[in-house]
Amino acid sequence: MNWLTQILSISFFNLRALPERKGSALSAAFGIAGVVLVLTAVLAIAEGFKKAVTATGAPDVAVVLRSGSDSEMNSGLSREETRVISDAPGIARGSKGPLTSAELFVIIDLPKRSTGTSANVPLRGVGANAYEVRGNVVLREGRFFEPGKNEVIAGAGAARSFAGLEVGSSIKIGSNTWQVVGIFSAEGGIAESEIWTDASILQPAYKRGDTFQSVYAKLNSPGSFNEFKDALSLNPQLKPKVARLSEFYADQTTMVSDFISQIGVMIAVLMACGALFGALNTMYGAVSSRTREISTLRALGFGSGPVVVSVLVESVVLSLIGGIVGAAIAWIAFDGYQASTLNWATFSQVTFAFAVTPALLVQAIIWSVVLGLLGGVFPAVRAARLPIASALRET
Amino acid sequence: MKFLSLVIGNLKRKKLRTVLTVLSAIVAFLLFGLLCALKEGLLAGVNMADADRLVVRNKITLIQPLPVNYKNRIANIPGVDSVAALTWFGGIYQDPKNFFATMPVDPETFLDVFREYPVSEETKKEWLATRNGAIVGESLMKKFGWKVGDTVPLTSPIWGQPKDQAAWEFKIVGAYESTKKGGDTSSMYFRWDYFDEGKVEQKGLIGWLTIRVKNKDQATAVAKAIDAEFANSPYETVTEGEGAFASSFAQQIGDIGTIVAGVVSAVFFTILLVAGNTMSQSVRERTEEIGVLKAMGFTNGLVLVLVLAESCAIALFGGVVGLALAAAISEANPFATVLPSFNLPHRDLITGVLAALALGMVAGALPAIQAMRLQIATALRRN
Repeated sequence: MNWLTQILSISFFNLRALPERKGSALSAAFGIAGVVLVLTAVLAIAEGFKKAVTATGAPDVAVVLRSGSDSEMNSGLSREETRVISDAPGIARGSKGPLTSAELFVIIDLPKRSTGTSANVPLRGVGANAYEVRGNVVLREGRFFEPGKNEVIAGAGAARSFAGLEVGSSIKIGSNTWQVVGIFSAEGGIAESEIWTDASILQPAYKRGDTFQSVYAKLNSPGSFNEFKDALSLNPQLKPKVARLSEFYADQTTMVSDFISQIGVMIAVLMACGALFGALNTMYGAVSSRTREISTLRALGFGSGPVVVSVLVESVVLSLIGGIVGAAIAWIAFDGYQASTLNWATFSQVTFAFAVTPALLVQAIIWSVVLGLLGGVFPAVRAARLPIASALRET
Repeated sequence: MKFLSLVIGNLKRKKLRTVLTVLSAIVAFLLFGLLCALKEGLLAGVNMADADRLVVRNKITLIQPLPVNYKNRIANIPGVDSVAALTWFGGIYQDPKNFFATMPVDPETFLDVFREYPVSEETKKEWLATRNGAIVGESLMKKFGWKVGDTVPLTSPIWGQPKDQAAWEFKIVGAYESTKKGGDTSSMYFRWDYFDEGKVEQKGLIGWLTIRVKNKDQATAVAKAIDAEFANSPYETVTEGEGAFASSFAQQIGDIGTIVAGVVSAVFFTILLVAGNTMSQSVRERTEEIGVLKAMGFTNGLVLVLVLAESCAIALFGGVVGLALAAAISEANPFATVLPSFNLPHRDLITGVLAALALGMVAGALPAIQAMRLQIATALRRN
């Protein structure tokens, strides 16, 4: 009998005997499933958050703030300055002139649907070109707000997470009432966490005079960014801070995403250790309960290599089952799960969906295989080293 | 106690298995402890909240400011003992990663309202005499290696830099500790007059007010009186208990409680299976022996207790070591920037030990009952 047939026959024999050891086999598989589930779920939070941030910034959109400001909260630009910015080279042009949108960013209180407690929801005043600048704003329900009226449209994430944002309802902010006329989506980006209205209506409501906080600009191409930035920086009328939208949001949210991934890695590493101990226990148990069987095989002429491989195969099959089950549960339970958290840079809520991506699923399965190999290797070596004569005598 | 050696002997039988089982229990309880500490850190504000304190903020949102003269108007409302005005400054030291809670306050009213941060008389005098003086929490001092007397430059993501200067410069006049366990000592408080002069925008406006009421039973009535005082003004207010204020803030960070509970249960379920399975395996292997014990006159009850003792010993040992590790890690606080008060309260330690005991009982129950019901004749005949 050659080596391969030996491996196949022992492995097949072991696997067929698995039902007899249901308890321990299931517990090992469950252990791995638990790890994979937790790991995938936590990484899905980070992944979903990252997706919201990256979907926000197309590479050809730039944002201009006042120099020295880290977020829109502390920026301020006069109307004159926003005009100068709109005239800069590198900006794409639409039917209504350069594709720029001068915007205002304030925060309002709305009750969170899940808890009923109040949350800081961003309210953004945008210019007429805002949709074209972003390029990914799609109306889901209702209509866009009419300029000059107290009307708002709500991002899909905001509408899901916070109460009072249904089309037709109205929200009261201070002494003003605003009608919700539409719900929009923006490919899962941060804009979906926001409520939009006409900037010129927001200015008096928040006593902002004729000022804005940021200018969003659509560039001719991603490569025009440097031209645009240089032109603005050299303009003596301005002291601007120019950033690509994607980088701008990524910078703002590093604190949150670092925190999620730190916690995630900590939990995953610990869980993996726990599962590894469980798998080792199971496989040691499997080997020791079959001591006589294994030595009989050896006595019959089976090599120690095939014995090692067969134990490994069993361990990997068990953890693979566990890994697939865990990943499947994570996918069914958490993919698209809506959550929101606080963006510390602007003190406002960011809504996002957990994203169990195919990459995460593959990663989960690889993890489970690695755990299976690690959990099987020591017991396998032990099985191969069993001295045949004494092992046969063992009860 | 005379059977202790028997229990220990059984545990030593398959050393590797016992060690692995104990290790997995350690991991489970370490995780449990860390997650409790995490939850504690996220809910720190809620737990630290004082029943006789109220928070007054702008009705529109916390971000909208209030006029500074509200402080005096509120101080005159009956039932109000003292009023402190705070504003979120969000100091950054050198690198955006070094971000911590920094707030301009008026030293006297601040120290009066926040009595859990006592400072010495000299520090207080020094602070009142130094315009750019600041008091800094112990853990923040340690983190950056600051000393009293140092001058530190900070910038703010909200307020930028002061007029004509590259950064705000603060002189540390003293360090403060918290008299409450788990209190936040990673913040910095500096003088509002210095801040108001330096900032370019929102002069004369403050972020929110924290109030100490004379009698906590009247807190609700005082809160109503405050909101009524400013109703229909350009700056309407919302006044709520400090706990409610903090918890709405904690909830904004995310529904961490649910996630924590979910993870803990997943871990426990997993470990329970592993430990329970190990226990039943070791009992199954000893069937013959248990038969001998019974033949020697060991009662069914005693056999049950022996098996349970074995599984409880494993679970308790793992639990205690795991919780101790978690306590040590939370003491060192790896998440100091985000969670200033990452600590493991005694309550959770006790819960953890009880959970370990419960784990031992549940995991041992099935094999123990099997052992108890085992017939001597069957057991001895098995092999």
